Amino acid sequence: MNEKIRELLAKLGNLPTPVETLADDADLYTAGLSSFASVQLMLGIEDAFDVEFPDHLLNRKSFQSIAAIENTVQQILAARKVA
Amino acid sequence: MDMQVSFLDRLFEAGLLIETGVDGLYGRSGQFEDVIAAFERLIDRTGGPDGAEAIRFPPGMNRAYFEASGYMKSFPQLAGTIHSFCGCELDHVSLLKCMEDGQDWTKGQEATDIVLTPAACYPLYPTIAKRGAVKAGGQLYDLQSYCFRHEPSKDPARQQLFRMREYVFMGPQDQVMAFRQRWMDRGTEMMRSVGLDVHIDVANDPFFGRAGRLLVNNQRDQNLKFELLIPITSVEKPTACMSFNYHQDQFGLKWGLHFESGEPVHTACVGFGLERIALALFHTHGLDVAEWPDDVRRVLWG
Repeated sequence: MNEKIRELLAKLGNLPTPVETLADDADLYTAGLSSFASVQLMLGIEDAFDVEFPDHLLNRKSFQSIAAIENTVQQILAARKVA
Repeated sequence: MDMQVSFLDRLFEAGLLIETGVDGLYGRSGQFEDVIAAFERLIDRTGGPDGAEAIRFPPGMNRAYFEASGYMKSFPQLAGTIHSFCGCELDHVSLLKCMEDGQDWTKGQEATDIVLTPAACYPLYPTIAKRGAVKAGGQLYDLQSYCFRHEPSKDPARQQLFRMREYVFMGPQDQVMAFRQRWMDRGTEMMRSVGLDVHIDVANDPFFGRAGRLLVNNQRDQNLKFELLIPITSVEKPTACMSFNYHQDQFGLKWGLHFESGEPVHTACVGFGLERIALALFHTHGLDVAEWPDDVRRVLWG
């Protein structure tokens, strides 16, 4: 999953720094992730992992870092299993 | 909704607003305009000493600037574009035939280079960017324009064509933040001086769709937008009569607005919804201006 997220971030994040130089916990907003790029990224992730972000996870924190994105997607997948 | 319809009907009956057959598109009486003019003079007295450069754009803007602004990414549902007939004589004949038959004659209309201005400050940023570097201490502008938003409604406080007076400051971050705070304080004081009950709250723009939910949450989390709210047709859902928007360096980067050093400027805009303020005054003090409290009349008309 980490690799796929990095791939999407490279494609949709429009970051001035190469994604491979970013640590999993690096702050993506500090790295230059704009609001619009985060929307593109969100839509890309939904498509790639076949998930839908619930309203309460549509916030800055969910996209703060690669680890945060991974954690958010895991949460959505886990909730789906329970349901 | 009933409160909104009844207030609108009362405004029509009093002749303050004039029906056109389209929700949200109204004529204004001389009395209504006089209230707006008086309130604008109050804005001038409050903000005038800051020495802003005044610029007035018409209510249409360059389509290329509009496209570059990214408005369609966020608010496609609100935009209004100007289309015209660009055909030959034969096309004209078909057009008239189409109208005569009661069919959709607008299909052949083509986009012009003009888009209706969605907020008074939209044409400002590219205009100032063309002038070159922004002064180290920042630059202040005073704008006013009719603006268009496609949101038909029976709420007189939600019109499709309305006027927005704005101050825009571009400069260093700390001064931009101070500018916004100064106007939050001034706005509250101004409204109280004309007897309006106000409070200020964090707010968001009406970003389109589910993806827009993320933008709404981002905007609120970062306290980028505040609104000054006044009860007009509802106490539970008061109407935003002013907004205070901090854009960080987004517009600096987008439009190439920068200091001599090349660093992007931060920007903020403060907007007055002029019709909404007039409506708040009529709603609070009554439809007959002669009956308004003396202290309110003194502030507005001296």
